[in-house]
Amino acid sequence: MRIEVNGEPRDIAATTVEGALSELGWGEARVATALNGDFLPSAARADQTLRDGDRLEVLAPMQGG
Amino acid sequence: MRDFYGVTLPGAMMLGTAQYPSPTIMAEAFEASSASVATVSLRREAGGGQAFWDLIRGLGLRVLPNTAGCHTAREAVTTARMAREVFQTDWIKLEVIGHADTLQPDPFGLLEAAKTLCAEGFQVFPYTTEDQVLAQRLVDAGCRVLMPWGAPIGSGMGLNNRHGLRSLRAAFPDIPMVIDAGLGLPSHAAEAMEMGFDAVLLNSAVAQAGDPVAMARAFGLAVQAGALARDADPMGVREMGMPSTPLLGKAWL
Repeated sequence: MRIEVNGEPRDIAATTVEGALSELGWGEARVATALNGDFLPSAARADQTLRDGDRLEVLAPMQGG
Repeated sequence: MRDFYGVTLPGAMMLGTAQYPSPTIMAEAFEASSASVATVSLRREAGGGQAFWDLIRGLGLRVLPNTAGCHTAREAVTTARMAREVFQTDWIKLEVIGHADTLQPDPFGLLEAAKTLCAEGFQVFPYTTEDQVLAQRLVDAGCRVLMPWGAPIGSGMGLNNRHGLRSLRAAFPDIPMVIDAGLGLPSHAAEAMEMGFDAVLLNSAVAQAGDPVAMARAFGLAVQAGALARDADPMGVREMGMPSTPLLGKAWL
């Protein structure tokens, strides 16, 4: 299916957010996720299924003021 | 030193982590500044996030995540929730920007987001103006720290509205306050501390200086000087001159 990850279209085989993160190489990364604009806690990623067209944001610690 | 949500900080300086020439210079600037809090953000993971996190952890400081760049309460609340999970702290520097040029807080969005986040147990550090009505609303919403701006973010102008800031400080004597944004010189930081503010938060003034490490040290010293001066009970200001050398015993020449 095709979803949007951080603003870019991506074709993924996984059907859950946890699976998608692993497929995208962020399985072990310290990241926070939002699905379609809502915060998705890490504990909920395994049960959260993905649908075509979903918007996934994967954020990481970054410089800030 | 006043406590911030139950935490007594060893120093009154909070320093941002953005815009430094290199990670090494950033780390040296933190060391030189004696800052006790590092502000951080969340951005789309593009490969550097994990290394940055290791660098921040290496500083050994308390971390204050921000919601920089958010223009709506909804964005800010979602960002705060994500930041709490990643940084494992209830502290959040709440920014809801209302104007693209001045980067002035949106008071309505700020209050809305503060209500939601305080209710969820966040310990909110709201980036606000010197407006006392808004300050009271933020306190009523559960904020136990206020962060009035000195001047627009990144402007380096210092304390733009001294009267407003002094009035705000006097109106909420029991609320810890941090001057956040707009500082450009150590003298601005010293003045903020002399006025009775409990800490300052800055980034660009250090990171964009020609020598960020030296400037970090200068700010650290200025913050200490300002706090010492405030506690030393400064003399009153008078309109006319008053000789300091005794007149008694002056020679008749």
